Amino acid sequence: MTEDKLLEVKNLRISFPTTRDRIEVVKGISFDLGREKLGIVGESGSGKSLTGRSILKLIRAPGQVTADKLSFKNIDLLAQNEKQMRNIRGSKISMIMQDPKFSLNPVMTIGAQISESLNAHNKLSKSEVNQRVIDMLNDVKINDPERVVKLYPHEVSGGMGQRIMIAMMLIPQPDLLIADEPTSSLDVSVQAQVLNVIDDLISQKGMGLILISHDLVLTSRYCDRILVMKSGEIVEECKASELANAKHPYTRGLLAAIPSLNETRDELPTLNRLQKEPI
Amino acid sequence: MNAIELNKLDIFYGDTQITDNISFDIKQGESFALVGESGSGKSTILKAIMGLAPKWNGSIKVNNVARSHGIDYDFAAQCQMVFQDPYGSLHPRKTVDATLSEPLTIHRISDQNERIEQVMQSVGLDLSFRFRYPHQLSGGQRQRVVIARALILEPKILLLDEPTSALDVSVQAEILNLFKKLRKERGLTYLMVTHNLPVVSFLCDRLAVIKAGKLVEVTGVEQLRQGNFKHAYTQELYAASGGVIS
Repeated sequence: MTEDKLLEVKNLRISFPTTRDRIEVVKGISFDLGREKLGIVGESGSGKSLTGRSILKLIRAPGQVTADKLSFKNIDLLAQNEKQMRNIRGSKISMIMQDPKFSLNPVMTIGAQISESLNAHNKLSKSEVNQRVIDMLNDVKINDPERVVKLYPHEVSGGMGQRIMIAMMLIPQPDLLIADEPTSSLDVSVQAQVLNVIDDLISQKGMGLILISHDLVLTSRYCDRILVMKSGEIVEECKASELANAKHPYTRGLLAAIPSLNETRDELPTLNRLQKEPI
Repeated sequence: MNAIELNKLDIFYGDTQITDNISFDIKQGESFALVGESGSGKSTILKAIMGLAPKWNGSIKVNNVARSHGIDYDFAAQCQMVFQDPYGSLHPRKTVDATLSEPLTIHRISDQNERIEQVMQSVGLDLSFRFRYPHQLSGGQRQRVVIARALILEPKILLLDEPTSALDVSVQAEILNLFKKLRKERGLTYLMVTHNLPVVSFLCDRLAVIKAGKLVEVTGVEQLRQGNFKHAYTQELYAASGGVIS
């Protein structure tokens, strides 16, 4: 196998039980990832976040994950027990969650939270840890990091919070970063800043990135390759630069539904979906 | 005639000044957007008009009547607000029917049954949803309920606070089309807060750009479509939303 294949996923299935029988939410998807930027896009409920979580084995019972192959750098993730997974989470694969407000611990200072993820995996002296934290905050373009490490999460803005999350996730120097809607709670102008920070760091360190988002346009700007998911299946895979020429009717429908800056259409086309009765 | 007139509006939360000297007019039937970053005070302006941010100086006139600083019964029949998050703005233990009949009861309107059926039809909600709870509806359906609740008193002005930012693009398109249709049918005036410039380009006639509580620029949608702005901050916002596939 080639050295640069970071992640291999074959026939991944995730299911949850209902009162009648198990419902499959992710229906047998397969993809490979090298040291590149991969975007997974789709609507809510398409299974994109679950796919990201299943890589870190974050799906708890009664949810069930099966796959023919789920390996990271030739480590079979499905065969790892909880203890072994703890060594992988954070240090080798890490994940940025959607909302900094809910993902940061409100009663810990920012410095303490970032160094926690470092201390969990490495043994460093206190001064070394502090230095690494401040360097990392500099890397994510936070001004005056000496002041910021002493702040609590409620004292920083949304964009800063998200950058702090990125710092926290990147400080153990993982090989793969999974970013689940890292910018959807942020303003347009801040979105660009945060994504640029991720983009720079990923390229510098030669890591792999999975960017999970519902924003087709944004994803196509930052990724190399895009997977489009619809109700648990990958319906289209294409190079990000060729998204505009996507063929699948679902992708085309999504693209057409996005208003443009120079919008003169009288009505936006919508996806013809069956209006299913909720159960 | 102007639907909304703001003159030298300064809004405060406690001692903190949120907006500084905001003045603009919105004509009847116009669709007007307020654009800016989070924390710039754009939603606060809507709240002040609704009477939910009671501490302000200056003047607010709606349909040529000066607004009081609080919640006003007669005003509610003319002007309603749609909030950002359909998941957060519906009572989880009230059915669609209960949600929609509450404003009618408050305003002592008797033909409740007909009104509810009529408004549900006009926002594109099947009548079978009438006795459902919010958790039994999808995000797009919930936002339709919120819009129906705003429309049931037949107001002429709607204040929209990021009405589509919590929705998927395809659902966003449905709701934007609905807004356009309703405006045509009922001659509504919209004041919409958003940071999504393409949405402004689709739905609005004019936009005001707000930064840190100050009005930066008021301009027409034609200028937006051509990217032709005077102020550097507006150009920055435009660039940040750029890169649209065409």
